[in-house]
Amino acid sequence: MNVHTPHPDLPPPATSVGVIGWMRKNLFSSPINSLLTLASLYLLFKYVPPVIRWALLDANWLGSTRDACTNDGACWVFIKVRFLQFMFGFYPPDQYWRVVTAFTIFGVLIAWLLIDKTPKKGWVAAFTILVYPFIAFILFYGGMGLPVVPTHKWGGLMLTLILATIGMFFALPFGIILALGRRSALPIPKMLSVMFIELWRGVPLITVLFMSSVMLPLFMPEDFRIDKLVRALIGISLFQSAYMAEVIRGGLQALPKGQQEAANALGLSYWQSMFLIILPQALKTVIPGIVNTFIELFKDTTLVLIIGLMDLLAIIQAAFTDTKWLGFSVEGYVFAGLIYWIFCFSMSQYSQHLERKLHTGHKR
Amino acid sequence: MTETKITPASQGNDIAIEVKGMHKWYGEFHVLKDINLTIKRGERIIICGPSGCGKSTLIRCLNRLEEHQRGEIWVDGIELDDNLKHIEKIRKDIGMVFQQFNLFPHLTVLENCCLAPIWVLKKPRREAEETAMQYLERVKIPDQADKYPGQLSGGQQQRVAIARSLCMNPSIMLFDEPTSALDPEMIKEVLDVMVDLANEGMTMLCVTHEMGFAKTVADRVIFMDSGEIIEENDPESFFSNPQSDRTKLFLSQIL
Amino acid sequence: MSSHESSRHSAWWNNARYRALIFQALLICAVAGFFAYIGSNTIHNLEQRGITTGFAFLKQKAGFGITQHLIPYTENSTYGRTFVVGLLNTLLVSALGIVFATILGFIVGVARLSSNWLVSKLAGFYIETFRNLPLLLQIFFWYFAVLRALPSPRQSLHLGNSFFLNIRGVYLPRPIFEPGFGLVTAAIALAIVGSYLLYRWAKKRQEETGEQFPVFLTSTAMILFLPVIAYFIAGKPLQWEYPELHGFNFRGGITVIPELAALLVALSVYTASLIAEIVRSGILSVSHGQTEAAYALGLRPGKTLRLVIIPQAMRVIIPQMTSQYLNLVKNSSLATAIGYPDLVAVFAGTTLNQAGQAIEIIAMTMGVYLSISLLISMFMNWYNARSQLKER
Repeated sequence: MNVHTPHPDLPPPATSVGVIGWMRKNLFSSPINSLLTLASLYLLFKYVPPVIRWALLDANWLGSTRDACTNDGACWVFIKVRFLQFMFGFYPPDQYWRVVTAFTIFGVLIAWLLIDKTPKKGWVAAFTILVYPFIAFILFYGGMGLPVVPTHKWGGLMLTLILATIGMFFALPFGIILALGRRSALPIPKMLSVMFIELWRGVPLITVLFMSSVMLPLFMPEDFRIDKLVRALIGISLFQSAYMAEVIRGGLQALPKGQQEAANALGLSYWQSMFLIILPQALKTVIPGIVNTFIELFKDTTLVLIIGLMDLLAIIQAAFTDTKWLGFSVEGYVFAGLIYWIFCFSMSQYSQHLERKLHTGHKR
Repeated sequence: MTETKITPASQGNDIAIEVKGMHKWYGEFHVLKDINLTIKRGERIIICGPSGCGKSTLIRCLNRLEEHQRGEIWVDGIELDDNLKHIEKIRKDIGMVFQQFNLFPHLTVLENCCLAPIWVLKKPRREAEETAMQYLERVKIPDQADKYPGQLSGGQQQRVAIARSLCMNPSIMLFDEPTSALDPEMIKEVLDVMVDLANEGMTMLCVTHEMGFAKTVADRVIFMDSGEIIEENDPESFFSNPQSDRTKLFLSQIL
Repeated sequence: MSSHESSRHSAWWNNARYRALIFQALLICAVAGFFAYIGSNTIHNLEQRGITTGFAFLKQKAGFGITQHLIPYTENSTYGRTFVVGLLNTLLVSALGIVFATILGFIVGVARLSSNWLVSKLAGFYIETFRNLPLLLQIFFWYFAVLRALPSPRQSLHLGNSFFLNIRGVYLPRPIFEPGFGLVTAAIALAIVGSYLLYRWAKKRQEETGEQFPVFLTSTAMILFLPVIAYFIAGKPLQWEYPELHGFNFRGGITVIPELAALLVALSVYTASLIAEIVRSGILSVSHGQTEAAYALGLRPGKTLRLVIIPQAMRVIIPQMTSQYLNLVKNSSLATAIGYPDLVAVFAGTTLNQAGQAIEIIAMTMGVYLSISLLISMFMNWYNARSQLKER
């Protein structure tokens, strides 16, 4: 019997690994590729340094008046000076702590629900849905001893986040109902759901906002005044729920039929099987889709500018008209872009991470 | 499984495949080490070994689905290197059957078989279809010619995959674990087709765990572990008298 | 008591069919009641405010100008005409946007899949930048930051004497077709028909003899050269009207107002980033084993792409692309924010403000988008049904 002595592991040939090997394979593997690499490098070297110079090296960071912006570069002083307004809109500065508190609590609740290993998710979810809205309302608006801050003072990033979150908050349950309705075996709920979903998905958000701005007051009894923000929220929630419904429907369809059959066999009623078996599984698989819908909603909140609400983009846009700070629109847009980009990119990375974890991506 | 022994390969000196001092790395990982292999025309070779030993990688190097970094591979007297013309010629003469079948789902069974003859061998459609029907009859599913792969069972799909490769008239066939993805009751129908092929003198290299098939059909069994060829022998000697301790360990685990 | 009897005596309200019927009846009542409530409020409120109903307002005079109208329009035109002008403007920017976005999106999507690391990363950078920024922000950026920074007409950026770019817009030469141009049109039509016939002939030839013919190259040559030859034979029947600077402004040629330019660029660049992702994920969705099987059969990379990969990828790509096209049409409504006179800006904006009949106007506007959306849905359903991979 031979005892086998294994062949030693050798290092690979030099030209196929290391920096040289990597460059040969990835940058210069063919004549066309080499040409493309050189062209790309040329473009990068031509256009990237001026941008860096404008944004960082030649930019003005210090100071508090327009005179501080002397260089050719970006005037970040403009952003610095109006930063709080961009964040909180016209909210009274001495009440900022209420906004920060409300958002912090919300952040903690959401993190608790999304992180895998945290316990007692059921209680936290119930708290978030049933108790937190009242806390948030009191903190943002007022009452219970806190002075009232009317909604037309709300603005900036705060308003953007409120619009997106509340829109989502109502869209989720309503979307679930619509999705269930669309998959129903009964003709009436199915028809109503389909009509509702296709209506809101087929029209631009602008027309929905116009509709809720202009037509809602007509729908209500004469003396019933609806706050402008509430009108926008109703429009956004209706619109978003239709997209939500489609995402959730995808999750319900992907669930094996055997789950419903097992629930029926155990004697569970329709609603029991929905709440205990079907929905928990379906929702879990479409969390990436829900996050993606949220990202779209987050970007769509910018449209409220057109009906006169002062979200982040609107308030930055308005700042351009300040006679003391004319001509810095590029800085403003870059700043707005940065904030939106950071939010959207982080959320999309999270969604992709979830997709990988839940194996809903494609196998090679 | 038939008990009669298949006639041994012809004693011609025609060498189908020759591998000399071949090494392959995935990045830093040395996956194939100093492979030396000579396969004569008409030989039926079985390659076995534990998971991850590189046996699939080895046969995939033979038709350039993977590239080797050191050593030489010669097929039909042509060297397998970066030369596209060489690769083309070699691929026309080697047929490959995959574990996952890899049939083209958007084409019918007949179209699957005709695609390469029409576009690579430049045959007229009628000729390609005739050849395809002949081979579909040989694998015993001529009636499925107009169905789509999704409508067939696993065993049927794999037999179509074999027919598809045969339509190119290769002289060498490579099998990469052809039955590993099949339900047990379908394994026999595929193995029967492979035994028929072996009977007709096709040069075959087969990576498989089906040791019964190896005993019936193989001229030589090669055992690999950790990227090296540990042992090769004719089936009787290989199974009854393994030379290396590694081989013995492997056989004790699977038999 | 037998089980048969007891089931007859069980409560009718537990019977599944009855429950379903009652539930649906209640649902209809609730929905109808809801609409009735809204309806009565609305009628009451409209009366209170003295707003008329009906579509008679469409025949009234509009009394305002529109900066871009593809059909004749003056301040004396009717409100109904503003609807058509706005609709045409929407269709114009949507159609152009779809074309540009598709071309750009495919290029970036393929670049993203390139084996060249640098090209792939740059394409990825493009995709991640533009799809994570709100479209409205991008429109504002192009309109307020970029186009406003352009020079005045007297110092326009220009390409020779034909193309001018300044703060008032983009100026292009306008083609003037003279009588002989019909020959060129005929040549183009001939080339297209010829290409199709060539394709059919080459396919038949291949089926019968197996020989392949370079159809693509020949057709392209035909479509390029035949019209050119016809052009010269007909004595160059094409004149150009160039934009010329008169005083402070340009006259003649084709004017592209900055609002259209900014909206078009923003829509195209944004939608292209989404299309690029769709193209990439579509091609990646085809399992690698397909490529390997094709290579093992001796097919070259080009043929493999054409015959095996792309047909399968298209099944995934086309539904998502038509979705994006629909989104682009809907997104064109953001024109309101920068004053491009699209349907929403002109009809649901100015006309609504003046005529006051919100319900009819918004309903008509939504109706247009809904129709486009339903058309596209119908197409998608048809395409999906046709391209289903047959399974057991």
